[in-house]
Amino acid sequence: MALDVMIVDDSAAIRKILQRVLVQTDIQLGTVLEAGDGQEALNTLGDRKVGLILSDINMPIMDGLQFLAQLKANPVHKSVPVVMITTEGSQQKVLEAVQLGAAGYVKKPFTADQIKEKLVGLI
Amino acid sequence: MEHEQLVEEIRIATREVFETMLSLPLAEGEPSIEPNGPAPCDGVVALIGMTGAWTGTGIISCPAVLACKFAGQFLMGAYDSVSDDVLDAVGELTNMIIGGIKTRMEEKLGPMALSVPTVIYGRNFTTRSLARHRWTVVRFDCEGNHLCVQLCVTQAAAGSSPRIPVGVALHESGR
Repeated sequence: MALDVMIVDDSAAIRKILQRVLVQTDIQLGTVLEAGDGQEALNTLGDRKVGLILSDINMPIMDGLQFLAQLKANPVHKSVPVVMITTEGSQQKVLEAVQLGAAGYVKKPFTADQIKEKLVGLI
Repeated sequence: MEHEQLVEEIRIATREVFETMLSLPLAEGEPSIEPNGPAPCDGVVALIGMTGAWTGTGIISCPAVLACKFAGQFLMGAYDSVSDDVLDAVGELTNMIIGGIKTRMEEKLGPMALSVPTVIYGRNFTTRSLARHRWTVVRFDCEGNHLCVQLCVTQAAAGSSPRIPVGVALHESGR
């Protein structure tokens, strides 16, 4: 069954790179939704279920941690695995993301293999 | 934080991004201290603010041809002029390099935060931080083009509110 994925990052370049990495994996991709910040992501998702979310942290309007908190508070999206992909490498931010329910964490700059490894076991 | 330490942090973070994301050759040039901040320049400039116990600004600048090359490597496409994709790629490159420096600095100096990058493309313009402190400048060469990474950080005054000290003065700029 095809997997719908959402990519949340204020950089269109990173969204394109991540989409390319997803295509290179063994995942049978369905629709790939994109958003430039957390608020746009929540608006785009609505009640639509996706199987995986890749999200940046440092974004304008609504950052990745606020997005994660709101997402996990919604019963529709509570169980979706969210992998944070971000330049934010501080222990404090990593801990906060994990406490909010992030399933994984990849630090930018990243290789395609690092993303693929992180997705193994989540999908 | 000492100039030599900042130079080392800039070199480590820049090399890491080039090796991981760009696969482009990078030759390191001589670092310098610029008391008056960045000189007037042409091309693409990205600025990002740092705040916390230490505050500052990171700037990355390069000619348009190199910015197009970065976008080509990032997005696996060909870019012969500066477009939104090119500006976005330089913004993300800046985010990763200055973000890498910030993460390493945090281990010694405590928590810091980054602003969202601002990217400018034009000719004969000057960028200026309103903070009056010396700048650490490290130049690199990538396939015959100069990449310049500049950093100005200073300990925040006790009791001051966090702020992003990025100030930009534009002169005769145009795309």
